[in-house]
Amino acid sequence: MKKIIALALTLVMIFALAVPVASADDAKEVKVGFIFLHDEQSTYDLNFMKAAQEACEKLGIEYVNKVGIPEGQECYEAAMDLVDEGCNIVFADSFGHEDYMIQAAMECPDVEFCHATGTRAHTENLANYHNAFASIYEGRYLAGIAAGLKVKEMIDNGDITADQAKIGYVGAFTYAEVISGYTSFFLGLRSVVPEATMEVTFTGSWYDLSLEAEGAQKLIDDGCVLISQHADSLGAPSTCEAAGIPNVSYNGSTIDAGPNTFIVSSRINWEPYFEYIIGQVQNGEAIDADWTGTIETGSVELTDVNAAVAAEGTVEAIEAAKAAFAAGELHVFDTAAFTVDGAALESYMADVDTDPAYEGDTEVVADGYFHESEFRSAPYFDIQIDGITLLDTAF
Amino acid sequence: MNNKAHNPLFHVSRRAALPWYRAWGIRAAALLIALLACALITNLITGLNPLAVYATIWQGSFGSARRAWVLFQNIAMLLCVSLAITPAFRMRCWNLGGDGQMLIGCLATTACMILLGGKLPNWVVILCMLVSSILAGAIWAAIPAIFKAKWNTNETLFTLMMNYVATQLVAYYIIIWEVPKGAGKIGIINQSTQAGWLPQIGSYKYLLNIIVVALVCVAMYVYLNYSKHGYEIAVVGESERTARYVGIKVERVIVRTMLLSGAVCGLAGMLLVGGTEHTLTTTITSGRGFTAVMVSWLAKFNPIWMVLTSFLLVFLERGAGQIATSFGLSSSYADILTGLILFFIIGSEFFINYQINFRHAAGKED
Repeated sequence: MKKIIALALTLVMIFALAVPVASADDAKEVKVGFIFLHDEQSTYDLNFMKAAQEACEKLGIEYVNKVGIPEGQECYEAAMDLVDEGCNIVFADSFGHEDYMIQAAMECPDVEFCHATGTRAHTENLANYHNAFASIYEGRYLAGIAAGLKVKEMIDNGDITADQAKIGYVGAFTYAEVISGYTSFFLGLRSVVPEATMEVTFTGSWYDLSLEAEGAQKLIDDGCVLISQHADSLGAPSTCEAAGIPNVSYNGSTIDAGPNTFIVSSRINWEPYFEYIIGQVQNGEAIDADWTGTIETGSVELTDVNAAVAAEGTVEAIEAAKAAFAAGELHVFDTAAFTVDGAALESYMADVDTDPAYEGDTEVVADGYFHESEFRSAPYFDIQIDGITLLDTAF
Repeated sequence: MNNKAHNPLFHVSRRAALPWYRAWGIRAAALLIALLACALITNLITGLNPLAVYATIWQGSFGSARRAWVLFQNIAMLLCVSLAITPAFRMRCWNLGGDGQMLIGCLATTACMILLGGKLPNWVVILCMLVSSILAGAIWAAIPAIFKAKWNTNETLFTLMMNYVATQLVAYYIIIWEVPKGAGKIGIINQSTQAGWLPQIGSYKYLLNIIVVALVCVAMYVYLNYSKHGYEIAVVGESERTARYVGIKVERVIVRTMLLSGAVCGLAGMLLVGGTEHTLTTTITSGRGFTAVMVSWLAKFNPIWMVLTSFLLVFLERGAGQIATSFGLSSSYADILTGLILFFIIGSEFFINYQINFRHAAGKED
C-alpha cells in the first residue's frame, strides 16, 4: 500500500510540475541556427557560442544551437533540420563542415548559409553560401610583440644569451591557417628581437590535450624559452605553467591555467560578424561571399595583458602597433621583414581557389607586402620563411 | 536445515522460465520505473518539466519527416552491424571487432570512390566498392578467427586490437587523400560528379540502405534458424566437445562464421560511405560496432528482436541530441538519461531470470 501511495505521490508531483511550456513563436523576422563542432568544453566552440548568444540577445533574435555536430553527414542533416525549424540563417563553425553546408545551400536557395574558416564561397557561385574569417594574423603579430618584449627582457636580465632566444610553437596541421598564424606571430616577435628563432611541432589534431601537452614539453626540453600554440586545448598552457615557461595563448585567456606564465592571448570575436549577417538579412541585403573581420570591426581582439608576467611596456607597444596597422603604415607580411631561402619574396602565386591539385592561382605579393585574407577571407599564407624550423611535418 | 539464525534476509535463486506475458510485464515495469526515475532526476537537477523533456525526446525522432528518415537510416546502420556480429556471438565467439571491420569496409569503399570514381562506369565502381568492402571486412575478421581456430588465441582481445589497427590505417589514408592539403579531412568525395554514390530511390536518400538492411535482417534470421550452418553455429556455441563428437569441424565453423561476420560489417561500411556519408573519418562508425554488442545481447541474439532493440537505442540517442538543442543542456546530460533507462532495462533481465526470496517468504515455504 505504501508503495502505491509513494508511486501516486510521485505521479502527482510530476503532473503538478507539468506547467505548459510557452511556445516561443513570436514570428520574428530572423531566426538563426548555429552548428558547433563540439560543446562548450572546447575553447574554440565556446568562443563562437558566446558570440552567438551575445549577438542574438543584443538584437533580440531567436536562435537555435546544435552542439557536437561532427564534420560529416550529420552536419548536412543538422543544417537541413534547422531549415525545417524555420531558420533563415544557418551558421557552422568548423572547417570540415564546409562541404556539407554547400550541399545544404544548394538544396535551400532561400536560406543563407554562413561558414567560418571555409575557402570555397568565392568559387562556388552560390548566392546563399558565404565564408568568413578575420585578419587574426594581425592579432598574432601583436601577441608576437608581447612575446618579443618578454624574450628581450630575459636577454636584458641575463637569464639567456641572445643566441638562446628560441621560442616554440605547438600547431595542429601544416595547414595555411596554422602557417599564417605562427609566421605572423614570429614576425611580431622578430620586430622586437631580430635574432630570435622558432621551432614548430604539429599534433595532427585541432583538439588533443595530451598531444598538445607533449608537444609543448618537447619544445621546452629542446630549449625554447617561450611557447605559443594554435590548438584548442589547455595542454600547452598547463605544461608551460608546470615548467615555469611563459606562454602566449589563443582563443581567449588561459590565465586560470597559467597565472604565473600567461602573457596575453589573441582571439577572433565573432559577434560583429553575427550582427552583420543578421542585419543584412533583416534589411534584405546580400551577405558578402567572403567577409574578413579586422581590428577595426572589433573582430580581432587581444585579452588583457597579464602584468605579472608580461615585460614592461607591453601594453604601450601593442597599442602603437595597432595604430600603425590602422594607419596602413605597418603590414604583417612586409617582404622586407623576412626572407625565404635567403632571398626576399618578390612574387607568390597563392592557392586561393580550392582545386584538387593545390596549384597557386593568384599573385598575392604587391606593394611590398603579402596580401593576406584579401582575395578570400580564410588565410592562404603557406610559405616556409627563414628562422622557423619545423620539427615534424607528418600532418 | 531449519537453523533460522543463519537464514539471510533474502537470497537469490534462479527462476523457472516465466510465461511470456510476465516477462514482458517486468520489462514494461522496468521502462516505466526508468522513465519515472529520469523524470525525478530531471526535475531535481534542471527544474525542467519532465513531460516536456520526454516530448522533446519524441520530437528528436519523429518531429519532422526528415528526422524520421534519419532515425530509420541510423537504425538500419546499427542493425546491420548488430546482425553482422550476431552469428559469431551465437557461437560464443566474442567478436568485438565490428567497429574495425566496418571501418576497414569504409576505407575500401572510399579507396574505390577516390581512385576509380569517374574513371570507370558508375555501376562498375559500385560493384568494386561492394566486393572490396565485403572482402576487407572479411579479412579483418578472418585474421583473429584463424588465430583462434589454429592456436586458440583470445578472440575478444584480438578483434578489439584489430579495431585500433583499422583506425590508424584510416588516419594514415586520410592524410594521403586530404582536401585541401594539410586540412586533415577528406570532405565529401566526388561532390560534383557523385561518382561511386549509391543510387537514390526516388527522392528518398536513405531508402536504399534501409531496404538492404531489412533484407540482410531476414536473410540472417533464416540463416541462423533454418540452415545447417546456423545449426552448426548453435551446437559449437553450446559445447565445442559435443560439436566435435557429432562430427562438426569446429575450426571450419569458427573461421566460416567470423568471415560472414566481417563480410556483413564490411557491407555496413560500404552502405555508410557509399549511401549516405560520402566521406571518411576515423570516427565515421560512431562506435556502432560496440553499441551493436548491446543491441545483439538485449535481443538475445535474435535478428528480428534486434530491430526493436536497435530502434530503442537509436531513438534514445536522437532524443538525447534533441534535448541538448531544445533546452541548451549539455549533451552529456542526455547521455545520463539514456544510461539510466538502459540500466533499468538491462537490470530487468535479472528479475526475469532470477527471483529474490525474502526470509519470511522462505519461512512460509517450510
